[in-house]
Amino acid sequence: MSGDKTYCVALFDSVSHVMKAEKLLKEADIPYKIIPVPRSISADCGVCVRFLPEQKETVMEALRLHIHVREIREL
Amino acid sequence: MKPVYFDNAATSWPKPPEMMEAMVRFNESIGANPGRSGHRLSIEAARVVYEARECAARIIGSPDPLSISFAKNATEAINCVLLGLLKAGDHVVTSGMEHNSVMRPLRFLERQGVGLSIAPCSPAGVLDPDDAMRAVKGNTKVIVVTHASNVTGTLLPLDDLARIARERGIVFVVDASQTAGSIPLDVVRTGIDVLCFTGHKSLLGPQGTGGFYIRKGLEESVSPLMRGGTGSASEFEEQPDFLPDRFESGTPNAIGLAGLAAGIRFVLGLGVEAIREKEAHLTRLFLEGMAGMPGTRLYGPQNVRQRTAVVSFNIVGMSPSEVAFELDEQFAVLSRPGLHCAPAAHRTIGTFPEGTVRFSFGYSTTEDEVRRGIEAVAHISAAYHKRTL
Ligand SMILES: Cc1ncc(COP(=O)(O)O)c(C=O)c1O
Repeated sequence: MSGDKTYCVALFDSVSHVMKAEKLLKEADIPYKIIPVPRSISADCGVCVRFLPEQKETVMEALRLHIHVREIREL
Repeated sequence: MKPVYFDNAATSWPKPPEMMEAMVRFNESIGANPGRSGHRLSIEAARVVYEARECAARIIGSPDPLSISFAKNATEAINCVLLGLLKAGDHVVTSGMEHNSVMRPLRFLERQGVGLSIAPCSPAGVLDPDDAMRAVKGNTKVIVVTHASNVTGTLLPLDDLARIARERGIVFVVDASQTAGSIPLDVVRTGIDVLCFTGHKSLLGPQGTGGFYIRKGLEESVSPLMRGGTGSASEFEEQPDFLPDRFESGTPNAIGLAGLAAGIRFVLGLGVEAIREKEAHLTRLFLEGMAGMPGTRLYGPQNVRQRTAVVSFNIVGMSPSEVAFELDEQFAVLSRPGLHCAPAAHRTIGTFPEGTVRFSFGYSTTEDEVRRGIEAVAHISAAYHKRTL
């Protein structure tokens, strides 16, 4: 990695949670992409939600009351 | 002769074409293992499974799709919940109208030291909530009942039982195999802690689908039936404790769940209330047509408000299997004779061990078919009783 902080990822308990998060982000019209959890974060075989760092507050707001977000990381 | 399918309580048929199309679409253009691998098809498969979760949640009134855990049928769901909740020294209350998918796990648990009380029901299968209350003890941990009998269609008084359970801190578990999709359900408003459902009856999904709703937080008291890969928390060798992964180990029946989602959408499109009204009308038609028919006996409540579209009867002197055979042979009317996996219910209504002939109607049953059924029974009964004169 170059160290440039170009993306954030939100990590969830399971793929079912990621699917729920996706619905919430879609409803809130926030751009996102579902990607495999980067190896630098975890050896887990799951997926996570990637978005732009400037959207962090909006993302948190859209998800906060509805779903447990395990962690938000900057890449 | 076009067959008349009166076996919807065993599994619904025909299924809506949308259900089959959804399964074909899954196999043709998705097919991957849901959420295990992170590529686009795997994510798309996970979306399909999540949509099934949303559909199941909506039709039973669960506010959160993640409160739904899938299983291969109601039986697996009921086993998971009862074996996961009850330990030696606990006590459980059930009704005299249960299917073996509840009774057999309970009898097994009884041998492990769990106390079991069976609240008696009337010969029509009606449970008086006071009888359930009398069965409750100081160490009662669970009340588990079927929402409707698969033998007589009799509805059990969920509101009263939920209140009895709530007032005493008892977990209230409902087997909604016979009602999910055909009777409006709201787990929150009724106060149901766990609701087990099967996908292949009134939800119009394929066989091999089912699951349960569990109230948030209660999952901690239920140890899972199976443990294994979930595609989550893979760095740990311990089972995850969060829903739904706690109860969903191994690759799910994603293709089946694609079909289940389409089946439930179809049901929601028609409206559960509208299906209920139609089926109540057909049931009334049948009960009126059978009333006073010589040589026959009807079981279950008279009032269609107290029952689902499941009816049981006998032709006096004939065994249920003979009647079912003649119905099929002569009239292509397809029924189910015998004990219907529910010996306890047949003991309650006084038809053990011979059983009854069961007709069960569905969303697509017509008035004409019901009339054909009544005429067929009348014909077989008249022929038999003439012969024995
Ligand atoms: C009342 C009742 N409970 C449970 C079941 C079990 O459903 P499944 O066979 O789908 O597990 C059935 C139907 O077979 C039923 O009628």
